[in-house]
Amino acid sequence: MTDKADIRTAARNQWWDVWDQFKTHKGALLGASVFLLIIIAVYLGPFVWPYDPQFIDYRSRNLSPSFAHPLGTDQLGRDQLARMLSGGQVSIIVGLSAMALSVVLGTLIGVLAGYFKRLDGPLMRLTDLFLALPLLPLILVASLLFREKLSAAFGPEGGIFILIVSLIGITSWMQTARIVRGDVLALKEREFVLAARSIGTPDRRMITRHVLPNVMSPIMVSATLGIATAIITESALSFLGFGFPPDFPTWGRLLNDSVDRMQIYPERVLWPGLAISLTVLSVNYMGDGLRDALDPRIRGR
Amino acid sequence: MLDDADRPLVSVRNLKMHFPIYGGLMRRRVGEVKAVDGISFEIFEGETLGLVGESGCGKSTVGRTILRLYEATAGDVIIDGKEIAHAEPEELRRMRPTMQMIFQDPQASLNPRMTVRDIVGEPLREHMALSNTELTDRVHQLMDQVGLNRDFADRYPHEFSGGQRQRIGIARALALNPKFIVCDEPIAALDVSIQAQVVNLLEELQDRLGLTYLFISHDLSMVRHIADRVAVMYLGQIAELAPRDALYEKPLHPYTEALLSAVPEPDPTIAAKTERIILTGDVPSPSNPPTGCNFSTRCPKVMDICTRETPTFREQEPGRFVACHLYNSEQTSAANAASEVNKSIQQGEET
Repeated sequence: MTDKADIRTAARNQWWDVWDQFKTHKGALLGASVFLLIIIAVYLGPFVWPYDPQFIDYRSRNLSPSFAHPLGTDQLGRDQLARMLSGGQVSIIVGLSAMALSVVLGTLIGVLAGYFKRLDGPLMRLTDLFLALPLLPLILVASLLFREKLSAAFGPEGGIFILIVSLIGITSWMQTARIVRGDVLALKEREFVLAARSIGTPDRRMITRHVLPNVMSPIMVSATLGIATAIITESALSFLGFGFPPDFPTWGRLLNDSVDRMQIYPERVLWPGLAISLTVLSVNYMGDGLRDALDPRIRGR
Repeated sequence: MLDDADRPLVSVRNLKMHFPIYGGLMRRRVGEVKAVDGISFEIFEGETLGLVGESGCGKSTVGRTILRLYEATAGDVIIDGKEIAHAEPEELRRMRPTMQMIFQDPQASLNPRMTVRDIVGEPLREHMALSNTELTDRVHQLMDQVGLNRDFADRYPHEFSGGQRQRIGIARALALNPKFIVCDEPIAALDVSIQAQVVNLLEELQDRLGLTYLFISHDLSMVRHIADRVAVMYLGQIAELAPRDALYEKPLHPYTEALLSAVPEPDPTIAAKTERIILTGDVPSPSNPPTGCNFSTRCPKVMDICTRETPTFREQEPGRFVACHLYNSEQTSAANAASEVNKSIQQGEET
């Protein structure tokens, strides 16, 4: 009896169950492989593909797709594929880190507001305040104010990266905070929270052990949606000239560069647009599968 | 059990729990729900006190306020010689192992994202420094105690039936070797066949571990089976508190009488003979209880004085307390200190 139990506990890690469930979700598996493929292409591609995304070659301007330039070249003769690949690096890292920042902020504020009654009023008014702020002017002013200092401290690209990620993160946590607060309020009245309190579990462990795991699903959903919003906001910023420097490609930048010649060269809009959509879609499916896999009630059905 | 009969493990004095109602444009406090409105009782070591009453009379609130899951509005709760109702958080945390609770809905009282090992082990992690193997041993031991298969330690609550889930809840309550357990309708959400199993388990554990229960229920026949003494609540107050047999044989308070007459009688010949007392009207709102006796609006034996003066909760016969003007009409004015609880008789050696 005891040996049997021992074998079992030794052999089975909980994360294997999660993986098993994740595998059964076809969409999630597909999403994960597409996302992985995009990441591999974007980060390893530039080592394989010989062209420099910044290299200007006037003799080969506005080329259509060919074997030498599978995605053609732009109005300055730069290779589109090379620009797509190095743009993807920036877009994906901006998307992921801005999403992480906004989810962390939103979850923190949502949980605090929902769990501690005294903080609820002030924190939710703060959320309302942020929702009411005109975000674009705010971002523009902030980037004007901090661009120089950050560039001086972290180098031009590093500084802008920090600026953009934190601006997007700080201005997009509100939805998450509201959703999480609502869920925490409902969760707080559940009997298992009361049971934990009767055991004498202190608040911080109550939150990490009972509250957070049970608000995983809405957090997961807003996280996957957040990546999309972050990539799109970054492209909007680049379009307005407040993002990365003009010669520094990102998917949003490529999209905006090509918009004015869309009627002549539609494929230049198509590729970055497709890349953004594909990334967002694959992350969404992955998040969906992950959410299901992390829920023990769904697991094993 | 009889050895410790004189020592009250739990004593509750004039406990009040009022929930504020906020309303209007400014969310001002416009009133309060008097869920528990001044109750006093004692529970002796090793006994089971049944707490009965209809829905919404404040039974569960009493249980939760005693364990200070709610902050009491007024009154004292002393468990095992320590004051609970006003203790500092850290002090309270150290007292938690003495008192535990079993909840009504076994589905809702277990965190769906934790395995049985984590659920039962949580109190151990919080209050004892155990190594992982020690923890597993203790969890297995507890699972044996409540009749769960050890192999199920890594399963999740949704994989169990209702009765098994309640056993998990009981194992969690037992983990810290408590002296006092509040059972908040532990069987109300279970099938009848499972109810008996769980109640028998509770009784067996009481015998083995010398536990003291506050057994909250609306099921009078179940309370008759398990309790040594019974308290009847109506609208936030205790109407009657008496040893079980005495209460079921000769209820003093008209509300107890009505309540007992509503218990279904399995024998049709007896059922035909007994007369049901049917109360008319609804339970008054606990936010606006009637003046005088709370039961005066529905009492079949209502008198003039009932609507004017609140009856005091006093000892009518040794060990029997009742709050009714029928029994103290001649001395209402002098009976202020009547809720003073004297030596009560320990009953129910049969259990």
